[in-house]
Order: sequence, then C-alpha cells, then structure tokens
Amino acid sequence: MDKKIKATLDRRACINQILAKRGDALIVTGLGSSCYDVGAAGDHPNTFYLWGGMGAAAMMGLGLALAQPKRQVIVITGDGEMLMGLGALATIGTQGPRNLAIVVIDNELYSETGMQPTHTSRGVDLAGMAKAAKFPRTATINTAAQMKSWVPKLYAPAGSAFVAIKVNHTRYPMAIRLRDGAHIKNRFREALLGNAAFD
Amino acid sequence: MKAQKKPPTWPDEIYDVFKQVNIRQVAYVPDAGHTRLINRCHADKSMKVISLTTEEEGVAMLAGSWLGGDRGALLLQSSGVGNCINLLSIMQECRFPLLMIVTMRGEWGEFNPWQIAMGQGTPPVLQNAGVIVQRADRAEEIAEHVFAAAQLTFNTSRPVALLISQRVIGFKDWSK
Repeated sequence: MDKKIKATLDRRACINQILAKRGDALIVTGLGSSCYDVGAAGDHPNTFYLWGGMGAAAMMGLGLALAQPKRQVIVITGDGEMLMGLGALATIGTQGPRNLAIVVIDNELYSETGMQPTHTSRGVDLAGMAKAAKFPRTATINTAAQMKSWVPKLYAPAGSAFVAIKVNHTRYPMAIRLRDGAHIKNRFREALLGNAAFD
Repeated sequence: MKAQKKPPTWPDEIYDVFKQVNIRQVAYVPDAGHTRLINRCHADKSMKVISLTTEEEGVAMLAGSWLGGDRGALLLQSSGVGNCINLLSIMQECRFPLLMIVTMRGEWGEFNPWQIAMGQGTPPVLQNAGVIVQRADRAEEIAEHVFAAAQLTFNTSRPVALLISQRVIGFKDWSK
C-alpha cells in the first residue's frame, strides 16, 4: 500500500457500539480477539462464540440467517479469520440473505500468534472483495462518523452487508471465561427455540 | 461411467428421506453421483439449497443451521472430505449433528490414480476427526442407511458420514 491510513478506531469501543443496539439479533463471533471482545462487551445466550474453527464464522452466519430469516444475524470476526474463508463471500453473495451482516474488525494483524501482518496490511481490500462477490452493501470504515452511520444499517434487513472496520493495534486482556462449546451451543438453541431445542 | 439402462432411483429415495426427516438446508459441492439428488433438492422451493466453493463451508453452514433450528445435509465426494477436517472440530467440541452423504471415488474400479489417496483415506480420516462412519454398498439399501444416519446424527448430536460405495455409482471403463 503506497498511502497508508493510520487506523484510529478502537476495537472494543466499536464492538460495544455495535452490540449496544443488538436487540433480538443473533451474534456469531470468529475465534481470537473478536470472540474475547464480544464476550467482554457483555455475555448473551444468543451469542455464539467460536473459539476455534478458523474460517468458519461467515458460513455459520449464513446457515443461521437462512434458518431464522426474521432475525438479524451479525457475524463479528477478524481479518485473519475472514481471509481463511474467502470463498464464503462468493457463497453468501450469491445467496444474498437480507438478514446477514458481516463485521470484520480489521487490525491488519494476526493478533493471537505474534502480531504478524495479514494481507489486509498489504492492501487487500476485504470490502471490495465482498462487493465483487455481490454483497449489495459494503464499506470500509475508518472514522467515528462512519461508525455512527453504519451501526443502524447493520441491523436493517436490507440485503447482505459487509463492513471492514479499520482499528488500531491495541490488545486487551481476555476477560471471557465461557468456552465449553456444547454449552454455548445448547444455551443458544434453548434461548432461541425454547422447548423445540430438545426435539 | 458405464451406460445405465435406466436412471437409478436411489437419488430420488434419498430426496424422499430428506423430506421425511425434515431436511431444510442442503449444502453441496457438485459430484456426478449426486447430480440427480441436487437437482431434486433445487426443484423443491421449501429447501434452501446452497452451492459451496469448498466442502468445509458446508460444515460451518450446517452448524449455523442447527443453531437456528433447521436440519441440514452436506453432499460431497470423497475427494472433498479432507477439506472439512479442521472445521469438523467444531462439531466434536460443540456436539453438533451433521449428516454427510459422501459419494466414494478411489475404490471400486477407479481409473484415476489421483483419486486413490483421498478415497482410501476417507474412512480413517473421518473417524479420526470424530465422525461416525457408515457405508452403503448396494443401491437398494441406500435409503434406509440415510434414514438411519439421520436418526443417529439428529437424535444423538454426533456427526455422521454415510459413504456411498463407488460400486453403486459405477466407474469409467478405462480399458482399451
């Protein structure tokens, strides 16, 4: 990248700002920092925390969005996690669920493994890729003003949305303790489906 | 593929079982052996039928579908099984059900040596990834195998792969 914009947004502030408006939306996180950040913002039974399965988050969001067309589904993941499953953009873009938004917290780093740069630091444009894969609503977010305007749009079932939020390199301590996968799954289903979760 | 006198009925029977057990989402990477079943599913407007770029997408997608209350199935060829391995860890850790219908290559009369590695590797690789592996060797028993695999996966929340033998699907005659 010849002209580098220095990111100023803070990852946890952005995630808190998004989740403050979650209402009855269903949330799926990618593994790593996005999982920890969403947990730190406040636990919720209709948050599914991926602690593994790198590259799975967006497609989990698609399956959930197709199963629950009346609920908004928000995937919150990182740039490294998204880069591992780029084919999902084509699969989701051609499906076009109206109720799915993918939020990439893009610090241009693999934070968990030693802060190695990802390809987004080298100019790969994730929002551009999503647009090319037929997502009707895409953006790269660099400013607080853009955040303010985009948060309500993430909850509007007006077509698949994809935003890459450029954030600074701040890392936060891992606050979330909940990590048993079967428990996370079962309580999500019970909160969403009630007794039908046990059928 | 050897010329068949009439189209096989087992793909239609799998479709009927899908309806019987209320499969709502079907994810696939195309395979010749699954062509008819894929077409039947696409023709059913009550099913959500998703073409994938790689099989692992289907593993993640069907975890999401189960979270949302939809039963699903993943259709793939044995060569795509290896693509699924890391994401199958989600199924094991979370005890998600997963119904995989795998058409086999690299075994009965295979002509393409490049299919051997993943074809022969499919059963142990799936087992090592925590998937229960079952197998249908004859066309007339496929439907009951699919029904049994669906009962097993959705009632016990364990991933199950049903392998459909290459003997059922047929092979290309490579002899001169």
